[in-house]
Amino acid sequence: MREISTEVIREALLDCVRRACFILMPDVRQKLEESLRTETGETGKSILRQLIKNAEIAAAESRPLCQDTGVAVVFLEIGQEIHLTGGSLEETVQAAVREAYKKFYLRKSLVDHPLNRKNTGDNTPAMIHTRIVPGDRMKIGFVAKGGGCENMSRIGMLTPSVGCRGVVDFVVQTVRDAGGNPCPPVVVGVGLGGNFEKAALLAKEALLRPLGRPAELPADRELERTLLKEVNDTGVGPMGLGGRTTALAVHVKSFPCHIAALPVAVNLDCHSHRHVETVL
Amino acid sequence: MSSSPQIITPPMDETSARGLKAGDEVLIQGVIYAARDAAHKRMIAALDEGRPLPVDIRGAIIYYVGPTPGAPGQVVGSAGPTTSVRMDAYAPRLIELGLRGMIGKGERSPEVVAAMKQSGAVYFAATGGAGALLAKCIVRAEVAAYEDLGPEALRLMEVKDFPAIVATDANGQSLYQRHQRFRNDFFPDC
Repeated sequence: MREISTEVIREALLDCVRRACFILMPDVRQKLEESLRTETGETGKSILRQLIKNAEIAAAESRPLCQDTGVAVVFLEIGQEIHLTGGSLEETVQAAVREAYKKFYLRKSLVDHPLNRKNTGDNTPAMIHTRIVPGDRMKIGFVAKGGGCENMSRIGMLTPSVGCRGVVDFVVQTVRDAGGNPCPPVVVGVGLGGNFEKAALLAKEALLRPLGRPAELPADRELERTLLKEVNDTGVGPMGLGGRTTALAVHVKSFPCHIAALPVAVNLDCHSHRHVETVL
Repeated sequence: MSSSPQIITPPMDETSARGLKAGDEVLIQGVIYAARDAAHKRMIAALDEGRPLPVDIRGAIIYYVGPTPGAPGQVVGSAGPTTSVRMDAYAPRLIELGLRGMIGKGERSPEVVAAMKQSGAVYFAATGGAGALLAKCIVRAEVAAYEDLGPEALRLMEVKDFPAIVATDANGQSLYQRHQRFRNDFFPDC
């Protein structure tokens, strides 16, 4: 049995929020620079240069990369041999998000009820996903998820007969319809299989994987290659103004599903792609 | 696309708005207003109830943005454009009342473009997600109305060399449409 104090979790989360919102992750920065070399459109190149410059300003002047500092999405993988001390885990996460968004001057972007729409004033509640896993380690994943790209995400309960082509068409059409709204070049998270809610969660989990690291399953890796090519062939381009660079990466995460089902969820993330992981 | 950016100084008149073409790069100088979903909803509610708008929008440019608060010493923290389509339900009414420019990201509805053509207004695209870079162009920001809306309050902003591109002009020409045609040429089956 290993003990972890919720105070340690609070501090780790504060650091995750700060890093995600102010520092463009190295994997994303590298993909933007690669894209600048392959992009052929002048408008597209100009936008990619602005994004790299933006990251430099954000780091140098402690300004958030983007004004939409998002919904705080927190993934907790808790080893089953861990004993948490110091109070409620869920309250700790909410308190850490509340503290971070105030302390770092981040935007408070949540409303109390989807129809009442009164700002909660502290960016809570965070969306928390908890899994109990073997071992005595705890992994914290943090995503600051902006509204523009989340709004353009989709889920489809396809019929199995449409097969791979149907899945590819659904994903590509989602990106095409999204146009400039989700702040392309995007990262495309695809949840394939499971059921209705599992597919959506798989899509979001797929976004946490570092850019450049391929999927575990060969079938998923092949689908990623096909999707990346076809998504970039749409010509949507940076900010939807045309070009080769529509996506920096496509990440597929699959799971077994019902004999009648072919669920596919597409969770788009903007080019700031604020994802951070830390292990306690 | 023009070789060097044109300088835009609000308030704009109809002639100068109609003179801009899709693809023109611009630098905006002077006072603009920042408003997004909730502030637009309140402005339209005010008009519905026969009350005046809290600011004079004739000739004005509205920037669709909800900035992060500035850290000590900063006017605002980060301030890039939000998705414009959410303001499409409200924009035609404001354009009819003399709004000349909007700054945002993403394509507009046919209803907004029709109002722009009718009254002579322009839609500028700024780079979404370049919030730190664009915030440096904002030299003054103060709440003009609806302070209780927090990040969604209506703000007056003074900008200097704010970079944008004419995405849709007052003739209804749009970079997005041009680009849509490009896509259809290459992917006729989609």
